[in-house]
Amino acid sequence: MKVVLHHPRREIDVSGPATVRALLDHLEVNRESVLVIRGDTLVTGDERLSDDDVVELRPVISGGAFARAVPRGRP
Amino acid sequence: MKCRVCRGGAVIELRRHNAGFCPEHFLRFCRDQVAKAIAEFDMFTPEDRVLVAVSGGKDSLALWDILTELGYQADGFYLGLGIGEYSERSASASRAFAEQRGLTLVERSLPDEFGFDVPGGAKAAKRAPCSACGMSKRHVFDETAIAGGYDVLATGHNLDDEAAVLFGNVLHWHTEYLARQQPVLAARPGFPRKVKPLVRLGEREMAAWCVLRSIDYIVEECPMAAGNRHLAYKEALNEVEERSPGSKFDFYHGFLRRAAEGFRHSEQVDDVDLQPCSTCGAPTPGEVCAFCRLVERAGGSVPVTLGATRQVEPR
Ligand code: SF4
Ligand SMILES: [Zn+2]
Ligand SMILES: [Zn+2]
Repeated sequence: MKVVLHHPRREIDVSGPATVRALLDHLEVNRESVLVIRGDTLVTGDERLSDDDVVELRPVISGGAFARAVPRGRP
Repeated sequence: MKCRVCRGGAVIELRRHNAGFCPEHFLRFCRDQVAKAIAEFDMFTPEDRVLVAVSGGKDSLALWDILTELGYQADGFYLGLGIGEYSERSASASRAFAEQRGLTLVERSLPDEFGFDVPGGAKAAKRAPCSACGMSKRHVFDETAIAGGYDVLATGHNLDDEAAVLFGNVLHWHTEYLARQQPVLAARPGFPRKVKPLVRLGEREMAAWCVLRSIDYIVEECPMAAGNRHLAYKEALNEVEERSPGSKFDFYHGFLRRAAEGFRHSEQVDDVDLQPCSTCGAPTPGEVCAFCRLVERAGGSVPVTLGATRQVEPR
C-alpha cells in the first residue's frame, strides 16, 4: 500500500494487508499523534488495509515530526 | 469497531473514553464537550460577542466552526505575521473558511500596519521568533478585541496544549505561571476576557473534526516552531497516554480541580503599577510597552493610537 507521510511530505510503500494498528506499530508511530485517512475517510485501528490502499498518516501534534523509523518489509 | 451511540461503523476511536464514534456522533461529542467547558468555566453566554483568534490551523478553525454551530456570535480575527509562504497559506485558509460560511473575519497585519515581520522583528529585538511573535499576537489580539467591543477573546488552545504547558510549568516549578494557567482569565483594565473553550478536547479530536467537516486547514506548521520545547512535552505526554489513556485529561483537569487554587498566592499582583503606554495606550509597567519597543527596534512604523479604547486610568 501507499503511505503518505508529512513533515516533510513523502510517500512510502508498505506491503499489505495489515491492520491500521499494525501499520502504526511497524512505523513506530504513536497512535495519539496521527489520524489515519484512507481516501477521504478516517479509519480506526482495527481496520484492515489492503495492498492497493492509499493511506495518509496525518500528524496532529502541532509542529511535530512523528515518523522516525525507516520501514522495511511487511508490517 | 462500532459507534458507541448507534452501533454503526466507527471512524474514530477515543481510547480515553474507551469508545468509537461514527461521524455524526463524533461531531456531537465534540460540540457537547465544548458546551460543557463553556458552562463548567462560565466562559460566555449567547448574548456575548466572541472574537476567535484564527491561524488557519485545525484548532482555531474547528473552534470557530463549533461555536457557530452552537449558536454563539463569533467573529474571527486573523493577524498576518509575515512568515513567508506559511503566512500566505494560513491567511487564505482562514479567508476561505469565513467566506464559505458567510462569517466575519477581521484582519490585521504586522508588516502592513507596523512595518515588521516576525523573523525580522525577532532578529532586531534579539528575541526567539516565538517570543516576539507571541508577544505581538497578545498585544494585537487584546487591542483588537477591546477596540471592536467584543466581550471575550477565544483561542484554540486544546487539552494537549494546556497539558504540555502545565507539564513544563510543573517540571520547573514556575509557580507564578501555575497561578495563571486557567481556561478563563477575567477582563482587567486594558485587557479583554480570555477563554479557551477547547480544553476538554485533544488535538487529534480537533484534526478529526476538520477532516469530517471538510475544513481545509493548513496541515504544515509554522517553520519557526521547530525545536519548540512544548513539542517535546507533548511527545512525552503522548507516550504516557498511549499506555494509559485518559492521563492527559486527568493531569490537566485534576490540576484545575484539586491543585490550582493552592498556587493563587504565587500570582504577582501585576496590574497594580500598570500605566498607559505613552505610544499606544496599552497597560504597561514601564513608560513604553514591550510591543511598541519591538516595533521601534524592528524599524517599523509607530502604531496609531486607538484612542480611549485601551486606555487605563493613570495612577
Ligand atoms: S510557531 Fe512561533 S513564530 Fe510560528 S506562529 Fe507560532 S508562535 Fe509564531
Ligand atoms: Zn453513531
Ligand atoms: Zn505601546
